[in-house]
Amino acid sequence: MDLAIFLIQCLNALQYGLLLFLVASGLTLIFGIMGVINLAHGSFYMLGAYMAYALAPPVASAFGGGFFATLLVGVLLAVVLGYVLEWAFFSFLYTREHLQQVLMTYGLILVFEELRSLLVGDAVHGVEVPPLLAGSLALGETMRYPVYRLFISGVCLALALAMYLVFSRTRLGMMIRAGSANREMVQSLGVDIKFLYRVVFAAGVAIAVLAGMVAAPVSSVYPGMGDTVLIVCFVVVVIGGIGSIRGALLAALLIGLVDTFGKVLFPQAAGVLVYVLMALILLWNPDGLFKAA
Amino acid sequence: MNATPDSQTAPGNASRPAAGADVLLRGQNITRRWGGLLALNAVNVELTRGSVHAVIGTNGAGKSTLINILSGELAPSAGQVELLGQDVTHWQQPRRARAGLGRSYQRNTIYPSFSVLENCRLAAQAAYQRPWHWWQSAARCPHSGAIAEDVVARSGLGDLRALAAGLLSHGQKRQLEIAMCLATRPQVLLLDEPLAGMGAEETERMLAMLAELKSAHAILLVEHDMDAVFRIADRVTVMVNGSVLACDTPAAIRGNAQVRTAYLGEPE
Amino acid sequence: MRYSRHAFVAACFLLLALFPLVAGSYGMDFATKIMIYALFALSLELLVGHTGLVCFGQTAFFGIGAFATVLLSSDTAPSSIAWLLPACMAAAAGYALLVGALSLRTRGVYFIMVTLAFAQMAYYVAHDTPLGGGTDGIYLTLKPVLGTLLDLDQARTLYGFTLACLVLVFGGLALLKRSRFGHALAGIRVNEQRMRATGFSTYPYKLAAFTVSGAIAGLAGFLFAVKDGFVNPEMLSWHLSGAVLIMIILGGIGHLRGALVGAFAFALLQELFKSEALFGALAKHWHLGLGLAIIASVVLLPRGLVGLPGQLRARLLGSPQAKEV
Repeated sequence: MDLAIFLIQCLNALQYGLLLFLVASGLTLIFGIMGVINLAHGSFYMLGAYMAYALAPPVASAFGGGFFATLLVGVLLAVVLGYVLEWAFFSFLYTREHLQQVLMTYGLILVFEELRSLLVGDAVHGVEVPPLLAGSLALGETMRYPVYRLFISGVCLALALAMYLVFSRTRLGMMIRAGSANREMVQSLGVDIKFLYRVVFAAGVAIAVLAGMVAAPVSSVYPGMGDTVLIVCFVVVVIGGIGSIRGALLAALLIGLVDTFGKVLFPQAAGVLVYVLMALILLWNPDGLFKAA
Repeated sequence: MNATPDSQTAPGNASRPAAGADVLLRGQNITRRWGGLLALNAVNVELTRGSVHAVIGTNGAGKSTLINILSGELAPSAGQVELLGQDVTHWQQPRRARAGLGRSYQRNTIYPSFSVLENCRLAAQAAYQRPWHWWQSAARCPHSGAIAEDVVARSGLGDLRALAAGLLSHGQKRQLEIAMCLATRPQVLLLDEPLAGMGAEETERMLAMLAELKSAHAILLVEHDMDAVFRIADRVTVMVNGSVLACDTPAAIRGNAQVRTAYLGEPE
Repeated sequence: MRYSRHAFVAACFLLLALFPLVAGSYGMDFATKIMIYALFALSLELLVGHTGLVCFGQTAFFGIGAFATVLLSSDTAPSSIAWLLPACMAAAAGYALLVGALSLRTRGVYFIMVTLAFAQMAYYVAHDTPLGGGTDGIYLTLKPVLGTLLDLDQARTLYGFTLACLVLVFGGLALLKRSRFGHALAGIRVNEQRMRATGFSTYPYKLAAFTVSGAIAGLAGFLFAVKDGFVNPEMLSWHLSGAVLIMIILGGIGHLRGALVGAFAFALLQELFKSEALFGALAKHWHLGLGLAIIASVVLLPRGLVGLPGQLRARLLGSPQAKEV
């Protein structure tokens, strides 16, 4: 493998890993802070991708916006969806045992899948890369790398930084961290924990939806994409340690590397390598790379 | 299988471990760090047969950590634990339990959906596990059944044996907790606040039970109820901030000026 | 109270035994499918309901049992059940041992996720490698026989054989539940810490339960492969893991007969929502109905269908529900 190809694969691994981190961070946050395991999290990713496809025409005709306008509209819708969903459904899951949470969110996956099927159909779609980002950068003499993929990595990094700043520097972040450590105490201190949870959940949904929207031009839009990303996110969370954002980042990047280079070097075994990695890490430490802070 | 305690002679209520007395559990130099925090600092503790050794201290003094290390739920950062002459520092909890170490918890760890008798029978089964006889009914197991009946009778819960344990009163649950400990025929008992949340009458009953158990076992008692401690303990260890402040007879501890300021809160 | 339970189960088995007398070939095929589902659900009930281990990867053992059946069967002459059946169960149990050894080192949510991931691993092996025949699947050309006594190619014989397996497994699990091993597993479910404090090394117990459960799921897979004569990687889809979890929670967790009732109810619900006569164009979106039904059953039927009489009685009489110990 020559240097240029190696570099391309590294950049691909980075992009995939960061995207995975974005989705997984929502999952691990929701579990770490609210104690809810949400199987439907992959569905939000899928919804995001389908939104990128389905919202583009109405946004274009309504106010002539392009890709970025669609992103904005999608994120706003996602925040609203997350808020309503938490109020109507997820808030009832906090006190239930894991098995019930698993089953109820599994039922939700089925509902989402079929609603999507009813509204948009089951066909596979492509989403156009916005003209602004459609170029490519030269790598070495013969290879070029799509700017859009760098954009994806950039968005993910920016969001990761934003999350870090919110958690460690703002009052909201402090309340969230406190709420995850001791719910009752925070409530008795007068913090509206219900509102806090709603905000966190809406943010988690919005992040997953944004990830799906941003990934759509690269991964195309197809029915099973939610399932696939969900299970890999589970592996990220298991390897990284539940509740740990730092762990999720490391694990996601690791998986990005293993998956990308695996597909190139061992195409037959590519799908399995990620799970072999998980098995090896479990052998070494059942709690993952980092325990929750 | 553990030897039945009844067959062993009971040394008297010595307030100091007599020379040659049975040291059943020994913790040496036990240290535990959590990152930068030193939870336990070179703690030594000895339990001899026929005595009650109480550990007292304010919250955060390290009592729970100590008991967790002795029972095997937590590994020490340094130090050794010796049970019946064997170094068990690296033994997991189930193994120590099978070797004769019983433990009760501050919060009830009974099985609420099982009957009182079944709670004790299951505990007794630990010493007579026969998982490969999967077609034999557990309820008809002669070994664990007999021990369960005995232990339930001795703990005074005989009339309630068929009741679901979750329906017992708090004091009765605490008694059941101790009964389950005894069902494994241990030689050493680590009791974590057995009197927690009990009323006067229940406390008396529990103390009577402990006095009866004392002769055949070595008991470590972590408690906050000072009257109970001074009534039943033969030795008292006072812990402050992870270190042992004093270890002596109850009378000496009462008179110890350092202890009085640090723990009992009396002015200098 | 006990006798009504026994009578219920006996009645179920009696009905199943008599069913072929009145059923046509479609009915028998459907009933055989339900019995296989019931076996599958029983395997999960041992893990989830009895031991408290929420496994979301049960389909791996079912699928491996099915694939082993097809891959180990000879193309030239019918294979003998005498070795094929144990071999398939052993294959499933072997993977269960492996998965269990690793995943039982984790707890709670981790365990759920890890079991799902390992099942997905099996799916990818079947889907991406020639071993699994790719998306097209593999056909079972010759169905197994037991000498001249049993020919599983005959629908009635397969029905009877499946019923026999179901009765034996049900009885075996009933014995297991009330044995020392079973009581220990129940103790682990209720309070694992106390079990450890008492002197039980809980890991080997859980691993044993996991392996036995895998073997039973493998048996169900064997029967399914023989019934359809065809296996494909979709049998390892994680949605099947979800389906069998739904079966036991629908039927009622903690009761063996819940697995029977749940499998039956699930199959009926599937047929119901797929029915074009009832739902017309929405029928192909039957997952929607199923999803809503799952959510509804978790909320409204906390004790499952088996617990419904008790739930209704408590509602109507206003008395506190007595716990089945």
